[in-house]
Amino acid sequence: MADKVLMKGNEAIAEAAICAGCRHYFGYPITPQTEIAAYMAKKMPKIGGTFLQAESEVAAINMVYGVSATGHRVMTSSSSPGVSLKAEGLSYMAGADLPALIVNVQRGGPGLGGIQPSQSDYFQATRGGGHGDYRMIVLAPASVQEMASLTVKGFDLADQYRMTTMILADGTMGQMMEPVALDFAENKAPAKDWATTGTDMKRPHNVVNSLYLDPAALERVNFERYERYAYIEEHETMYEEYMMDDAEICVAAFGIAARVSKNAVNEARKQGIKVGLLRPITLWPFPKAPFRAAADRVHSFISVELSMGQMIEDIRLATECKKPVTLCNRAGGIIPSPEQVLEAIQQAAKNGGAK
Amino acid sequence: MVVFDKPHALADVPMHYCPGCTHGIIHRLVAEVLDELGIEGRTIGIAPVGCSVMAYDYFNCDMIEAAHGRAPAVATGVKRADPDKHIVFTYQGDGDLASIGMAETVHAAARNENITVIFVNNAIYGMTGGQMAPTSLPGQVTQTSPYGRDVKHCGFPIRVCEMLSELEGPEYLERVTVNSVKNIRAAKKAIKKAFQNQIEGKGFSLVEVVSSCPTNWGMTPQAALQWIEEKMLPYYPLGVYKDRTAEEAQV
Repeated sequence: MADKVLMKGNEAIAEAAICAGCRHYFGYPITPQTEIAAYMAKKMPKIGGTFLQAESEVAAINMVYGVSATGHRVMTSSSSPGVSLKAEGLSYMAGADLPALIVNVQRGGPGLGGIQPSQSDYFQATRGGGHGDYRMIVLAPASVQEMASLTVKGFDLADQYRMTTMILADGTMGQMMEPVALDFAENKAPAKDWATTGTDMKRPHNVVNSLYLDPAALERVNFERYERYAYIEEHETMYEEYMMDDAEICVAAFGIAARVSKNAVNEARKQGIKVGLLRPITLWPFPKAPFRAAADRVHSFISVELSMGQMIEDIRLATECKKPVTLCNRAGGIIPSPEQVLEAIQQAAKNGGAK
Repeated sequence: MVVFDKPHALADVPMHYCPGCTHGIIHRLVAEVLDELGIEGRTIGIAPVGCSVMAYDYFNCDMIEAAHGRAPAVATGVKRADPDKHIVFTYQGDGDLASIGMAETVHAAARNENITVIFVNNAIYGMTGGQMAPTSLPGQVTQTSPYGRDVKHCGFPIRVCEMLSELEGPEYLERVTVNSVKNIRAAKKAIKKAFQNQIEGKGFSLVEVVSSCPTNWGMTPQAALQWIEEKMLPYYPLGVYKDRTAEEAQV
């Protein structure tokens, strides 16, 4: 077994990115993710990489756009208000089919909001964030180990599908310390024949672009992109099921909410309530199949979220509202307690699926 | 014997520019410089949003289309990805560089980012049909200043070279124009120096090219070139606003 080190979630992301062959990081300070920038500022100059503190989130994402266009692995990180600023760049990257890793260590919103953990950027992340028809792959880690391993996975997915991958974490995941194994194989970006690295006078010029003045051409690239998205939905969905085999109630939660919910499920099981946990790891593509399957077995769903209820809409869509879905939530930077989730489970058990 | 030919770096395609527009001249000057310095194969150009948005089709080097105003940030990424190989230039208009992208411009200059910026100032938004630009002159009539630019209402035009010259960062800032053969020759010299500086690792080099827009100024091409002389140049004087290497040599 690999040696484990005790690390903060944010630092685990940074170190894993370096393991994944990322040598370019651009960011702007914002709580609660600044450790990523600090880690990169220390490490990158020593390994021949680039750390640059940009003048804004807008500039940072466009620096990412520039590096990505040359085919190198590149990332940026921020927290909610900063990610809103990056939305323009995310749309352009989607339009130009450029890969990169974007980290959002969410805090409460809207507006300046607060600095405590939140999951209220679910809509923004899973629907793309910027203008136009596009998706990002959205990964939701629930441990420091997953902060690291999903970062590596995120770079691979981004390169494989030529799109941005977002790590959608929250302030708790970023700040908490846990043992983590970083024994990733040395990983480099695959060859990219579309990259703008100079023609060397040996090939026609490459152009990285999202402008199509011919509507038929623009329609065609949109349809092609959505064929790729359909393939990803079929092949790249990730989730964890916990005690779902005989469950009559399904608790759905991701990230820190899933950690809390697992405790509540364990406690409810002790009380004889047949409840399980379904934890999406990819928020886009959303794991529709296991939710659809669960809808045939359980009598109700509980969506546990650090928001006013965003993922709950995807659960209802995936299950076509076959079974009632209730919301167990806190907002503004407050994490639901295991007791609150347990009460919601007990209530669902009492209702027995009655709408 | 061929005495006059299209530069290799300039693509052999029809351009969409209006009759009398000076973008074609400026494109040609950039392409001639890429040829003469032998750098086309390692150059990556960044096109803006605005009239020259499709510059990515007009140069034979690798090209990237950037979001409006973000070209200096994109160029920063490209340059940092492989600073030894990549020669990077942005080609931007006044709305792109001096309005929506001013932050990116100032900070790339402040960092002395080792890139070349070709800044085409024609005092108007051309692509969208002639709106007021950050460089539109006081009193200038545009679609969004139909009674003339009122400086009490919307402020004064920005002199980019002068403003950037206050920064420690940039290596080279020069304003040129292309309204006569003599001035075109001087413009080419400046553009060549701006690329040469990058090759030598000297840093941020910006050439502001005072340019015309006959279509949106509502003038004949000839009258537009005259308007440059009479109206633009008094507000935007030609000259070198910063040349650190030359200044240091004098000390």
